[in-house]
Amino acid sequence: MGTRTRVRITVALAVFGLAATACTGGGSSSGGSTGPAGKGGALPRNETLYTTGTQWGPPANYNPLRNWDHATGTKGLVYETLFHFDPNEGKLTPWLAESGSWTGDKTYDVKLRQGITWADGKPLTAKDVAYSYGLGKIEASAFHSLWSWLSDAKAVDATTVRFTFKEARYQEWDFTLYGQPIVPEHVWSSRTDEDILNGVNDKPVGTGAYKLKSKSQDRVVWERREDWWGTKALSMTPAPRYIVDVSNPSNEVVIGQLGQGQLDLSNNFLPGASSLIKSKKVVSYYDKAPYMLSANTAWLVPNTTKKPMNDAAFRRALAASVDTGKIVKGVYGDLVKPASPTGLLPQWEQFEDKALIAEKGFTHDVAAAKKELADAGYKDKNGDGLVENKDGSALSLKLAVPSGWTDWMEAAKVIAAGAKEAGIKVSTEFPDQNALNEQRGNGDFDLVINNERQLSSTPWTYYDYIFQMPVQKQQNTVNFGRYENPKAWELVQELGGVRTDDVAGMKTAISKIQDIQLTEMPIIPLWYNGLWSQSTSGTWKNWPSDAAGAPKTAPALWRNWLELGGFETLTQLKPAK
Amino acid sequence: MRRYFARKLLVYALTFVVAVTVNWMIPRFMPGDPVAAMVARARVSQPEAAEAMRTYYNNLFGFDEPLWQQYLHFWGALLQGDFGISIWVFPTPVGDVLLDALPYTLALMIPSVLLSWFVGNWIGALSARRKVLDNTVLPAGYLLTAMPYMWIAVILAWALGAKAGWFPLSGGYSLDIQPGWNADFVLDALHHWVLPFLSLFLVALGGWAIGMRNMIIYELESDYSSYLAALGAPQRLIRRYAFRNAVLPQVTGLALQLGVLVAGALVTEIVFAYPGLGSLILASIQNQDFFLLQGAFLFIVIGVLIANFLIDIVYVVVDPRTRTGMAGGTS
Repeated sequence: MGTRTRVRITVALAVFGLAATACTGGGSSSGGSTGPAGKGGALPRNETLYTTGTQWGPPANYNPLRNWDHATGTKGLVYETLFHFDPNEGKLTPWLAESGSWTGDKTYDVKLRQGITWADGKPLTAKDVAYSYGLGKIEASAFHSLWSWLSDAKAVDATTVRFTFKEARYQEWDFTLYGQPIVPEHVWSSRTDEDILNGVNDKPVGTGAYKLKSKSQDRVVWERREDWWGTKALSMTPAPRYIVDVSNPSNEVVIGQLGQGQLDLSNNFLPGASSLIKSKKVVSYYDKAPYMLSANTAWLVPNTTKKPMNDAAFRRALAASVDTGKIVKGVYGDLVKPASPTGLLPQWEQFEDKALIAEKGFTHDVAAAKKELADAGYKDKNGDGLVENKDGSALSLKLAVPSGWTDWMEAAKVIAAGAKEAGIKVSTEFPDQNALNEQRGNGDFDLVINNERQLSSTPWTYYDYIFQMPVQKQQNTVNFGRYENPKAWELVQELGGVRTDDVAGMKTAISKIQDIQLTEMPIIPLWYNGLWSQSTSGTWKNWPSDAAGAPKTAPALWRNWLELGGFETLTQLKPAK
Repeated sequence: MRRYFARKLLVYALTFVVAVTVNWMIPRFMPGDPVAAMVARARVSQPEAAEAMRTYYNNLFGFDEPLWQQYLHFWGALLQGDFGISIWVFPTPVGDVLLDALPYTLALMIPSVLLSWFVGNWIGALSARRKVLDNTVLPAGYLLTAMPYMWIAVILAWALGAKAGWFPLSGGYSLDIQPGWNADFVLDALHHWVLPFLSLFLVALGGWAIGMRNMIIYELESDYSSYLAALGAPQRLIRRYAFRNAVLPQVTGLALQLGVLVAGALVTEIVFAYPGLGSLILASIQNQDFFLLQGAFLFIVIGVLIANFLIDIVYVVVDPRTRTGMAGGTS
C-alpha cells in the first residue's frame, strides 16, 4: 500500500501548494460579485436604485459608530446626524437639529426639531443626542478623542442639548456636528460597551428615511420609510423606494453593467471613464474635463526623518520636479485636476492666499528644481547626471505606492521620471497595500503618495493632517512624513480655535500656516482626486451636474458623503419614465 | 476490511493535523499586522484611543498570547466548530461567512469534477478505436488540458458572455434577485453557473480523455487481449476487459487531480467574481483576515480528504485486488 499512501500525501501537498499559489497569485485581480440582471426579480426596476463603489466586501455590520466598515448607508440612510454640510455654500444645514449656536465661549446649544420619531415610533429626544455623544467616553471608541476637549453633553429639556467644553475647538466641532450619528438611547442603553462598539446591530432602528430590507453576501437592500419626518419638515423625499448597494465587482464588470443600464450609480474609479462619458453612455458632473467634482488631494509625502528629505530646500526642488500636468493628462485622461501649491481643494479656494502663492508657490520647472538643488549644495560628484547627498554619499530614493493601484503606479513612474530630469534618483516600488500601510505607519519609507483626508467643513482638517504633533511611534492617520514644526502646529491649533463664522479670522490664521507650508513644503500636493461618479439615466434622471437647472449636490454614497450632499442627491432624482 | 480502513483513517487523521497546522502557520507568517490595519482603517488619530483599540482587538482575537497558546486555543475552538470572528467582515463569525459561500463552490466543483471524469473517460475510450475521432479528440484534448483555468475562463467569458451575450459575465445571481428557493432564483443562478462550470469542465475533460485513450490502446495491445483475440473472443468482450483495467489508474488520477481542481476553481471563481470560497480566499488575503483564510483552507482540506476517502471506498468496489489484499491481510 506504499504507493497509495504516497498518493494521499501528494494530495495533501497539492493542497498546500494551492494555498501557496493562492497567496502569491492573489493580489492581481479583484474579488466581489454581481451579475447582469436576469428576469423575474423581486424589486421593481423603476423604483429601485442600484449603486456600487462604496462596499468592498459583504456588508459587515449596521453599526453607525463603525463608520469605516458598516454597510453603505447605515449612517445617512438609517442613522442621521444633527447637521448636514453643504460644500457649495460652505455652511452647515440643520438636519435633526433645528438650530445650534454658541451660547457662551465654551457652551454650545442644539435645539432639536419637533416631531421626529425613530423607526419604532418612539420620539427622538435631547437625551438620545446626549447619550450618542456620551458613547465617545468608552475608551476603545473611535471618537474617544472628542472627550479630551468636550466636558459634558446634557439634555436641558426634551429638545435642547447643551454641550460644555474644556477647550472650544470650533473648527473641529463643526466637523463633528455633521459626522456623529445619533442613536436611540432606549434601544442601545441596555447594551454592553463591547456590543455598542463592535455589535452587528442587524436590526437598526434609526430616524432616517430608509430601513434595512434584506442583505446577502454581496449586497444590502434598503427600503424607504413612508413615515420619515423629513417628508414634512424638509419637504423632501428620496425618490427610490429601494436602494440596492452592491459590493464592488471588478472595473470591467461595472463598465458592462453601466453599459446595459443595470447599475444606476457607480462611485468607482473607472480608468477610461472619460471615453464612456464622451460617448454619452454615462453621465458625470461635468461633461468635459475634469468630469468629476474634487473629493480629496493626493499628496507626495516625503519621510522628513531621513536625509535628504529632512531638508526643506530638497523638498522644494522635488516639488518643482513633478510634472503634474503629465499625470493629469497621461495617467488620468483629464479626470482629475492638478492641485494648487497649497493643496487646498477648489471648494476652499477662498482660503488661499493668492499673493503668497504668487511669491512662494511652486510650479513644474526643471530648471528651478536644478537651481534649488545646486544652491542648497547638492552636487553631481560622480558625473552620472544625478546629484549626491551633501556629504557625498549616494542619493537614491524609493517611491512606494500600493500594488494594483494602477493609476497611482503610473503616476509614480511619471514622478520618478521628472525627478530624474532634475537630477534626483527616485525609483518606484509597488508593495502590497497592507505591507505599505504598516511601513507608512512606522515611518519606514522614503516617499509615498497619500490622499486620506477628504473634503470637509474646514481646511483645518487638512492642516491637522499635515502638521499634527507630537509624532507617535505609529502614525496611523496623519503626518505620515513625521514632520515636526512646533510653530506650525501651534498655528493650526490657533486656527482650530477660530469660530467657523469668522471667515476673515480663518483667512488670517490660514495665511500664516500657508507661509510655513509653502516654504517648508512638508508634503507636496499633486492632484485632486475626483468624487468618482458615473451614472446612467435609463431609470433615474436629474443627476447632479453643472448644467443650468440641475442639482449641484454631491452624487456619491461614499462613507460620510451622504451628509455632504449625497442624501440630497437622492431626493432630487426623478424616474426617467 | 477493518484494518484497511483503520490504516486509511490514521493516514487521513495525520494529514489533517499537518494540514491544519500548516494552515494555522501560513497567515501568521504573512507580512503585515491585521490589528494595525483595522485600527488604521478606523482613522483613530489620538494615541491613547488607538492604543486602547489595539489592545482591545489584540485581546479579542487572542494575538496578545504567545504563539503556542494561540495554536492550542485554535485547536480547542476548532473542535467546537468555532472558526473565530472574521476581521474583514467584522464581527461576523467566520463559519457564517463560509457557509454562505460554500454552496456556490460545491455547485461548481462536484459537477465539474464528476462530469468531466465520466465524459472524458467515455470520449477517450471511444476515440481509442475510431480513427477519425482519435485524430480530432487527441489534439483537442492536448489543447484543452494545456490551457490554464484562468485563460479558458477569460476566453469563455469573452466569447459566450461579452460577444454572444448568452451568459452573464460575473456573479452568482442577478442584481435584482433575492436568493431563495424559488424558480426565479434557481434559474437565474443556473444561468450564472454555466460559464464557470464550463471552464472547469473543459480543462479537466481534455486530460481524462487523453489518459483514457492511451490506457485503452495499451490494454488492447497487451498480451491478455491478444490471447483473448486468438481464442476467438468477440471484440466487445475484449474491450470490456480493457476498459475495466484502464479505468483503475483513472480512479487514482481522480484522487490526485482533486487538489489541482480545487486550485482551478479558486481562479475561476475570481475571474467570474463567483461568490464562492475562492473569492473569499482572495479577499481574506488582501485584508489580512487570518481567521477567514484559515477557515476557507480548512474547508478545502476537509473536502479533499473526504473525497479521497470516498475514492478509497470506490477502489474496494472496482479493484478486486484491493479486496484480495484485505482478505489476505497483506499487500
